[in-house]
Order: sequence, then structure tokens, then C-alpha cells
Amino acid sequence: MLNKNIYLILIISLVFAISFWIGFNVNLLPAQASINAPIYDELFKILFIIGLIIFIGMTIAVIYSLFKFRKRNDQIGDGIALEGNLSLEIVWTIIPSIIVLLIGLYSYNIYDRMGGMKELNHNHEMMSSNTEKIWAGISQTSDNEIAINNLSIEVSAMQFAFLFNYPKGNFISGELHVPVDKKVSMKMESKDVIHAFWVPEFRIKQDIIPGQPTVLNFTPTKVGKYPIICAELCGPYHGGMRASIIVEEESDYNEWFNNNKKQEVNL
Amino acid sequence: MTISIDPQKTHNESLQPKGWLRYFSFSLDHKVIGIQYLVCGFLFYLIGGTLASAIRIELTSPMSDFMPRDVYNQVLTLHGTIMIFLWIVPVVNGAFGNYLIPFYVGARDMAFPRLNAVAFWLIPPSGLMLVASYFVEGAAQAGWTAYPPLSITTPQSGQIIWILSVLLLGGSSIFGGINFIATIIKLRRPGLKLMQLPMYCWAMLGTSLLVVLSTPVLAGTLILLSFDIIANTGFFNPVLGGNVVVYQHLFWFYSHPAVYIMVLPAFGLVSEILPVHARKPLFGYTTMVFSIMGIVVLGLVVWAHHMFTSGTPPWMRLFFTIATAFIAVPTGIKFFNWVATLWGGKISINSAMLFSCGFIINFVFGGITGVALAQVPFDIHVHDTYFVVAHFHYIVYGGTVFIIFSSIYHWFPKVTGKMLSEKLGILHFIITFIGFNLCFAPQHWLGLNGMPRRVAEYDPQFQFVNQISSLGALLMALSTIPFLINVFLSVRNGKNAGDNPWNALTPEWLTSSPPPVENWKGEAPLVEEPYGYGKEISEQK
Repeated sequence: MLNKNIYLILIISLVFAISFWIGFNVNLLPAQASINAPIYDELFKILFIIGLIIFIGMTIAVIYSLFKFRKRNDQIGDGIALEGNLSLEIVWTIIPSIIVLLIGLYSYNIYDRMGGMKELNHNHEMMSSNTEKIWAGISQTSDNEIAINNLSIEVSAMQFAFLFNYPKGNFISGELHVPVDKKVSMKMESKDVIHAFWVPEFRIKQDIIPGQPTVLNFTPTKVGKYPIICAELCGPYHGGMRASIIVEEESDYNEWFNNNKKQEVNL
Repeated sequence: MTISIDPQKTHNESLQPKGWLRYFSFSLDHKVIGIQYLVCGFLFYLIGGTLASAIRIELTSPMSDFMPRDVYNQVLTLHGTIMIFLWIVPVVNGAFGNYLIPFYVGARDMAFPRLNAVAFWLIPPSGLMLVASYFVEGAAQAGWTAYPPLSITTPQSGQIIWILSVLLLGGSSIFGGINFIATIIKLRRPGLKLMQLPMYCWAMLGTSLLVVLSTPVLAGTLILLSFDIIANTGFFNPVLGGNVVVYQHLFWFYSHPAVYIMVLPAFGLVSEILPVHARKPLFGYTTMVFSIMGIVVLGLVVWAHHMFTSGTPPWMRLFFTIATAFIAVPTGIKFFNWVATLWGGKISINSAMLFSCGFIINFVFGGITGVALAQVPFDIHVHDTYFVVAHFHYIVYGGTVFIIFSSIYHWFPKVTGKMLSEKLGILHFIITFIGFNLCFAPQHWLGLNGMPRRVAEYDPQFQFVNQISSLGALLMALSTIPFLINVFLSVRNGKNAGDNPWNALTPEWLTSSPPPVENWKGEAPLVEEPYGYGKEISEQK
């Protein structure tokens, strides 16, 4: 009996060890390019490890049972008439409940750190009337940045393109240019069907809905060019509905911004 | 209430066709109707599978080059609709429910045999209509979710036929649900208590409650959507002041419980299969019953987790996260109980057992990704990507379809009186299991790394993984060949099964194979312990 318990403990610790090793060493996610990304990846890692422990444990239990308790040729009759075990059943009701509750609280914490629980409003200090109701989105505040420092962009989506309106410069661009390490605040609305704004490297997504503006705030942290993907079926060319977000140094961004702004003023 | 139906009085037997022609008639026999559901569902499974193959062929290359883009959207819409409404829901409810429930409650037929036949005969015409809509102006192309405004702006005829077809199928489902509830509650053999019923009865009772509560909401929603399309009303049309997010709430109020309408019966079926082949009582009968009812209640209040990236305010996101994650608790209880059922048994490793164990492994995996997806911050990144595609195929294919095959291997001897070949069955299992995991496991990575769902084209960096996935799909397609050969060979020259080849204790095995028209020659037996394995045989027989 003691022997059996030792084996059981050994197997359980092995499952834990393998799960933790995989969880910490196998990266299934794309590059991290916003302040949301490391927070997301932390949650992913925890869920991945818990998931692996449960999955590997259950798989071993099933395969072991099939092997150990298979009917041998010389055997007749039934297995033991065990109809249940109340204390065991209570254990595997309570332990999963606790795990699920902890995961829920933890993901609430993650969501809060991502800015999900913040009041939804769009920084439109440039615009006089902003009484429009914002329906949904992610309102992210990294630190106590002053609102005036934020970059406000208006996104409109249509079959099958994104357009980015820079109200401060009074121009529209097909590419989204943003300076690195600065909070971007987007108000999004669709002209026709439902689209979605997704940047995998930022770990954020928000539907763009006709008739209901949504907001999405983020802070890019890494210079580079990343895809903007429409993630909601929007018609035959849905798969081709792409744009790019270019995260650049502040000076490069200002140069780009001023070039475009000038053009617009001359018209 | 009188329960037994006298065939001489109710319908003239000489007018009913005999032999194989029965299966093409308006038969009132629950066993005939069950087989009608099963074969009809399987034919649609082959159609839906062909469409899935077309999708996987398109996705072997990053370009949209196999079929036109609008046809691709029609194919994915029909694939989803056919697999859900014409294969899984009718088979796992209608086919096995009709065949088994009257046996389990000790009745000679369902409570409303004519309604039962009507429910079945709604399916072939609506299915054919749906498939035929391709030849009118193109089939519906807004996905099986038919989100407005896309479903309002795409070609109308296809979308309207889609709505009509789903309405008919929903009607069929409601008729079936009412019938199951009435049969389980009212037609039980005198002396048979609720807590003595085989677990599949409880699963069907829970499922039927979900069907009756939620399907009418879908019907109402689709009728409003059809008004928007043909009568220019503005319920969901933003141009006319409609609200597109309201449609999503109403749609998912049905379509999330629909997941439980697809998996709860499978939970019931596996609870019948495991004890027989493990020669052990079902572990924790009472907790199993309560966990089914827990899933039913929770299943009704989690729908908005499909809408975390739509217009949902933060508090709503939070509530639905917690509610969804808690479904893992009753579901987990069931899986632990099944493993405990295997533990210490004398397990026959046969096709039915292998498919059931494959189900446990696949479903645990799909359940884990499900708990992850329930977390708002997690879902925001992977929503509407291949991660979700992989997750729900682990639930509905790796879960329910595996159980459909397991059940076919288990009950084929009862239905036909012939045994299926175990060699071909195990071959079928191996190819299906490898093909399924090869097809869908890599899709998790695709979704995490930036491939959205429902696209005909993608970044070239995803090509290799997509090709692996398509190879898995090819294996899944091939796996139906040994299965079909097995069925056709065994029906013709299979080994005679006898009445009870598995030495099972549930009531359907206590009659001849195939069973007579009224299920038993004499009185229906009273089975108080459907899982009494390992006890003294004397009291059972």
C-alpha cells in the first residue's frame, strides 16, 4: 500500500514537472509589441500549465485504466461493484470549484491591469461635442498619463478596408502610424457590416459595429510593422481585409504626421 | 393515463410497409424513426464532410485559388449548418433518443408517435432545401451565425431559404423535445422510479428542457431577421436604426445551449456504454444526475461569452466569464466519474470502448481550452480565430461525433441482430483519432499566431501548419471507408449477435435482436438496477 502511494506521488510530481517545463519553455504566441502583450502572456502561461496538468493527468488515468484493468482472456465475471464514493466525489467537486474560482479572480486581475474595467470614454479633447454613447471596448490606462498626451484616432471600417482619420492633422490614412510607448485611443465605427480590429502582436481585438461606436486603447512598446486583421466575417474578401500598423520612434512619427498634415492643408 | 398503444386499434398494420420499405414510410414505430434519423443524419454528415474537405483543400495554399470567394463563404456556412442542425442534433437526440428512451422507461413507443414521425419527416425536405439553395442564387454566405447586417446585405434568396430550413429543423427539434419530456415523465413503467432510470434518460430530459426553452427564441429571432431581409423592417438593420448586437444576444441565447443540446446526450450515451464494457456500475449515479441538471441551468446563462469582443460592457463580460468557467465544475465531475467507472473494471478493449475513451481525452482537451476561452482577457486575443475553430471541433467532433460512432458500435447488434467486425472498427478508431488530432490540434497555434477563422486566404507563414491540418482532414475523410465497409458487410453476413452479446443489464438488451414491433413479447421488464454489474446475478435474471 505504501509502495502504491509512493508511485502515485511520483507520477503526480512528474506530471507537474512536465507541465511546468512545457509551460515555461514552449512559446506558442507571437511577438509582444504592446503593454497588453506581456500581461496576456502571463495569463496564458498560467492557464497553459494548469491545462497541461489536468490534460496529461486525465490522459494517463484513462490509458492506465485501459491497460491495467483490461479483461484478460482467462477472466470471467464483472469488476468490483463500486457504485460511488461520496467523499471522493465531494473532493472532485470542491477542488475544481476552487481552481475555477481562482482562475476567475486571477483573470479579473489581468483584465483590470489591461484596463478592461475602466470607464469607457474616448479622449476627444480636440472635439467640442462628445456626448455620444460609447458602447464597448477596452479602455486601457498604463500609468497616469495626461489625457492630452494621448493620440486620438478615428477608425472607420468598410468592406474591405480600414481608414484611419487623424483629427489633429485633419487627414485620412490607409496605414496606421503610431509613435512607440504612447497611448493610442481609437474610436471605431463601421460603415456597413460588422468588422473587427485585431493586432495579434498587441493581443487586442474589438469588433467594429455599424451604428454603435466602440473604443480601443493601447500602448505599443516595440518599433515595427504589424498586421491589422479583420476578424469578423464581413463578406467574400474578408480574408483579404488587412491593413498595417507602423509603430515608429516619436521623431519618425512626427515627420510622417507633418508630411501628411501639410499635404492636407495645401488642398 | 393510458400508456400502452394497441396496434390493432390505432393503425391498420396491413397498410404499413414491411421490410426495408418501412424506413421510407411514415412509420409510427420509435425504432424505425430512430433508424430514419440515424441514416438521414449520416447522409448529411457525408455532405457536410465533403464541404469540410473543400474548405481544407482551399486552405492548403495561402491564396484563394480553389473556389470563388463567395462560394467559399457559402461552403463554410453550409458546412456549419448541416453538421449542427442535420447531423449532430438529430442523431444524438432524435436517433438514439427515439430508439432507446421507450426501452429505458419500459414503454412500447414514444408518448406521441405521430408527432414523432412528423418531427422526423420535417428533416429531409428542409435539408434538401438547404443544399438546393446553392443552385438558386447561391446559398447563404453569412456563416452559420447569420450575423446582420451581413446576412441582410448578401444575396437574399439563399439567406431566406437558410432561415426557412433552420426554422423547420428547429420545429422538428422542439417536437422531439416535447415528446421526450412527456415520455420520460409520463410513460414510465409502473414501479420504475426516476432515480432508477438509465443516465441517458436524464441527459435527454435535461437536453429536451434546453430545446423547449431556447429553440423558440432562435425561431423568433430568425423570423425577425427574415422581416428585415424581405420586408425592409429595421429590427437588426442599423441603417434603419436597428441594433445588430441584440441579434447576437438572441442568437446565442439559443446557440450556446445548442452546444449542450449536442453534448449532453453524448454524456448520457457514454454513461450507458462505459459500464457495460468495463463491467462495473456507473460511478456516482446521483452526482451525475445533479451535474446534468447543473449544466442545464448554467448553460442558459452563459451565452454572452460568444460576444466578448462585440458591444458588451465590462460588468457583463465579467459575469459571463464566471458563469461560463463554472460549467467546468459539473462537467469535470462527470469526467472524473467516468474514469472512476473504468477504474478497477474488467475492460473489454473494443471499438465502442476505444471511441468512448477517445471521447474522454478529446473532450477534456476541448474543455480546458473552453475554460481558457471563458476568461475575457484570454478570449479578446483569440476570439474569431482558428483557436476557437479548434476548440469547438474538439467539443463537437472529438466529443459528440466520437460518441455517435461509439454508440453505433455498441447498439448495432441490437438494431440488426448482427455483430460489427472489431478489426475494421479498431482500424476506424485509429484513423479517426489520429486524423482528428492532426487536423485540429495545430489549429490552436494558427489562431494564437494570427489566423482568423472563415478566411479563404492567409499569410504564407501559416501554410505548412495548414497543410498538416489538411492532411488530418484527409485521414478523417478516409476513416469513413472502413466504417462503411464494416456496416455493409456486417448487415449482410455479420456474425449473429444473439439478444444480449455484451451481457448488458439495461432494458433494451432484455428483448430479442432486432426487437419486435412493441419492444417486448410480454410485459416490459422492471429494471431497478441498470448498472448492477458485479452483484449477484440471481437477483437480476
